[in-house]
Amino acid sequence: MDEKTIKRFFNNKSGIIGGGIILILVLFALFAPLLSAHSPTIINSNALTLPPFSEGHFLGTDDVGRDLWSRLLYGARLSLGIGIAVVIISSIIGTTLGLFSGYFGGKVDWAIMRITDILMAFPSILLAIVVVSVLGPGLTNAVIAVAIVAIPQYIRIVRAAAMVEKNKDYTTAAINFGAKDTRIIFKEIFPNTLAPLIVQCSLGVSDAILNVAALGFLGLGARPPLPEWGTMLSDSRAFIQSAPWMVTLPGLSILIAVLGFNLLGDGLRDALNPKLKN
Amino acid sequence: MLTFFSKKLLELIPTLIGISLLTFFLVRIIPGDPVMMMLGERGSDPALYLEMKKNLGLDLPVYQQYLNYIGNMFHGDFGTSLVSKTPVLEEFWNRFPATLELSFVALLFAFSFGLVFGILAAVKHNSLWDYLLMTFSLVGYSMPIFWWGLILIIIFSVGLGLTPVAGRISMMFDFDTITGFYLIDTLINTELIEEEGFAPFVSSLSHLILPAIAMGTIPMAIIARMTRSSLLEVLHEEYIKVAKAKGLSPFRVVVVHALKNALIPIVTIAGLMFGTMITGAILTETIFSWPGIGKWLVASINARDYPVIQSGVLIIASMVVVINASVDLLYQYINPTLRK
Repeated sequence: MDEKTIKRFFNNKSGIIGGGIILILVLFALFAPLLSAHSPTIINSNALTLPPFSEGHFLGTDDVGRDLWSRLLYGARLSLGIGIAVVIISSIIGTTLGLFSGYFGGKVDWAIMRITDILMAFPSILLAIVVVSVLGPGLTNAVIAVAIVAIPQYIRIVRAAAMVEKNKDYTTAAINFGAKDTRIIFKEIFPNTLAPLIVQCSLGVSDAILNVAALGFLGLGARPPLPEWGTMLSDSRAFIQSAPWMVTLPGLSILIAVLGFNLLGDGLRDALNPKLKN
Repeated sequence: MLTFFSKKLLELIPTLIGISLLTFFLVRIIPGDPVMMMLGERGSDPALYLEMKKNLGLDLPVYQQYLNYIGNMFHGDFGTSLVSKTPVLEEFWNRFPATLELSFVALLFAFSFGLVFGILAAVKHNSLWDYLLMTFSLVGYSMPIFWWGLILIIIFSVGLGLTPVAGRISMMFDFDTITGFYLIDTLINTELIEEEGFAPFVSSLSHLILPAIAMGTIPMAIIARMTRSSLLEVLHEEYIKVAKAKGLSPFRVVVVHALKNALIPIVTIAGLMFGTMITGAILTETIFSWPGIGKWLVASINARDYPVIQSGVLIIASMVVVINASVDLLYQYINPTLRK
């Protein structure tokens, strides 16, 4: 990233707002134990379904008396962790396949593209549900399922970038020097595919948070009492009339986190690829 | 041209085979024995167990099972649900109209609001309107729809008491469906109208509104963003300057001249949104107890009803592939420059 790119990023409102939202979430997640006086999981029968702004419970409590503020803070840890884990798994696999596909072309490309087509034929949540039903419900399996679903996007983006770089002079020079394929792919081509990849990673975090929360909502993700936002939302459905804040707050947290990463992704795209901006 | 089409179609075959293999094997590694599932307690009898296994064709080698599965499919046999004992294809067709009706209304919502928002934002480029509408779209785009559906219920059903919470139509009305679309069926069934007037239609519409908004929100945001950027690009072209110079009204320049060309990418994106719509349907139908294929698939996964999962997922994935390929072909047919 050169100075111009960084300057463009800091002149970009959506990037700054998105980055700000994420920074606050990260701070909340890191300092969760300092920011809340209550445990996120301990049940308190003296404080059942207290509405927000109750004494000692700034955002109220849930049906078994757990402090919602504290659960949301620890939920931020989970959701950020989930987002990052999914992006790491899917981007490493997707980038490698995309680089091979774009660089080698021919049969390798054909095979990898057919795998991509097959994976992309399944609507994202549907494929994730099927994978979770094979692996069994739970947070780790939900993360794996959502990561598998995300792989094709990385393959396509990196492949397109690699196909462009393959025909440039520096690659030809490296080939003529007798460099090994793996060296050309990872040392020469890969650094030049980073710009679109970074944008995709930011958008990938928001997709991951959303999809893992959706699995939690369907009862296939994190298990209670883990304070995962989607699972909290699913548990709160019975209280939609009596304690609407139990429904409102976890969903709002998901929305804010997803919005933050989408804004950051938009800002990064405009900064890294000014041609795309209108 | 013809070779171009047939080449594209041939490319679909390996994808479709891959999908069928994937669903076939995924379902086979789902934990739980389907024979025990069907027999229940009676499965403890080994003779009965083996007989059932043979009847289901599960004693054959795996490749033979796969070939049988594909062979049966070409005869229209997609297996039988373990839970309801009805053919999967019949169950699918019973539920598909509900999902299709919901998707149509959701897309209608998405297009009407998305286009208006996008046009306004493009025409008032860099104004307060532009910022407000694009912020609004970005929030819509980031919306967890399973939460958004619940919020709509809290506001409109619980709070204001305006709309029902679940289902397609009030239980009071019982009638035979013709098209499977309740909005149409309640209007063309003269017998029903004589008895109940327009109450069934109103009931069906009020059941449909909230799920359609929940499901249409993300597509609406995508269409609004696409319309804005696509229109901004077109508005800088020479022919728009000519149209303006001719003294045409700004409305005519934007809606008739610019939008017509800006629409091509928008319609393409909408066509490719089928998969997104199914994801939307799975979540929306679960929230609103909408009796469509999304809710059906989630229920059959929970019940480990493996013929339903296998064929249901296969049918949907094949539809995604065929629809995406058709949109692609249509797009390239309209734009010959894209043909390679």
